[in-house]
Amino acid sequence: MSLIIGMSLLLGCQFCGEVISRALSLPIPGPVLGMLILLIGLIVRGSVPDSLRTMGEGLLKYLTLLFVPAGVGLIQHFGLISRELGVLAITLVVSTAVTLLVTSQTLHRLTRRGKTTGESDT
Amino acid sequence: MSDLGLTQIWVYLSASPLLNLFATLVAFYVATRINRLAGGSPLLHPVIVAIALLIGFLVLTGTDYATYFEGAQFLHFLLGPATVALAIPLYDHRERVRRMLWPIAIGTGVGIVTAVVSAVGISLLFGATPETVLSLAPKSVTSPIAMGIAEKIGGIPSLTAGLVLLTGVVGCIVGPWIFRLTGVNDPTVQGYSMGLAAHGFGTAHCFASLGAVAGAFSGLAMGLSGLVTAFLLPPLIHLFGL
Repeated sequence: MSLIIGMSLLLGCQFCGEVISRALSLPIPGPVLGMLILLIGLIVRGSVPDSLRTMGEGLLKYLTLLFVPAGVGLIQHFGLISRELGVLAITLVVSTAVTLLVTSQTLHRLTRRGKTTGESDT
Repeated sequence: MSDLGLTQIWVYLSASPLLNLFATLVAFYVATRINRLAGGSPLLHPVIVAIALLIGFLVLTGTDYATYFEGAQFLHFLLGPATVALAIPLYDHRERVRRMLWPIAIGTGVGIVTAVVSAVGISLLFGATPETVLSLAPKSVTSPIAMGIAEKIGGIPSLTAGLVLLTGVVGCIVGPWIFRLTGVNDPTVQGYSMGLAAHGFGTAHCFASLGAVAGAFSGLAMGLSGLVTAFLLPPLIHLFGL
């Protein structure tokens, strides 16, 4: 039964998220709102129910498998990809490298400053 | 237990589009074995190899994507509840978030703005079409959230899914190199940056090669940045007039 309860909790949160997203025509995906609803629920409750943990962690363990069907959808975009191959490659490599650099430097400086003033915990 | 979980779920679901569902699972299994043989190289990530195998299979058998998706949709559907389930690791890490609240809040904001603005800016500069730009914008966010965002802002969700996967591969390759070059050796910083820039791929890579602390922070960054990006990206895109 635990899988059914766990899945019902996840689908219930997703359902509420979809309803809110559509009803208020928000630009935020329903499952993201569902995640927020579940997070608030867990904080209010103060613990993760076993049924939810079993189902949720099972899904997250196989998260990479779940990307495959959408990824195969690239087959529909061969034309677009070959037309814009250069732009796509440059954007992916440069933007990802810049994001990594800026994020790590920001955190590096902030956590180091925390350490010197004795507030850090890492 | 979770093996059983996934099996039970597809038993529930229809059996008629059996072949393509079966092919997807077999391809993923074979891809995982290939990746293990290659020593876990991010270039041969199981997802990338599985997609390549399946595209080959579809081309060889003359199957169109719509037919394939009739079988594969059952797996695809689970992305929704899996996104909701990201709340669980976020909840588990709530203490770390509370203790490092300011560095994490500032780092997340700065990182997300950098990721979105650089992706949109560079692709516009090099003359990408608007729908390509909008498909690229959420590239650093974990696929289920990125696809939802792409759909909402007018990008192509399936193109976004592919670009997100490629971003993950790029992040795993350049990340460790950037950390070495700039002397960043704190595993919490490394993990957080990898999770923010390269989502689940970065997280898996952290667990495999940078350790459990980096992995946990990477998972935290993936969940948190996905959530915040969903709220921040639409107004950011607006600034570019898209």
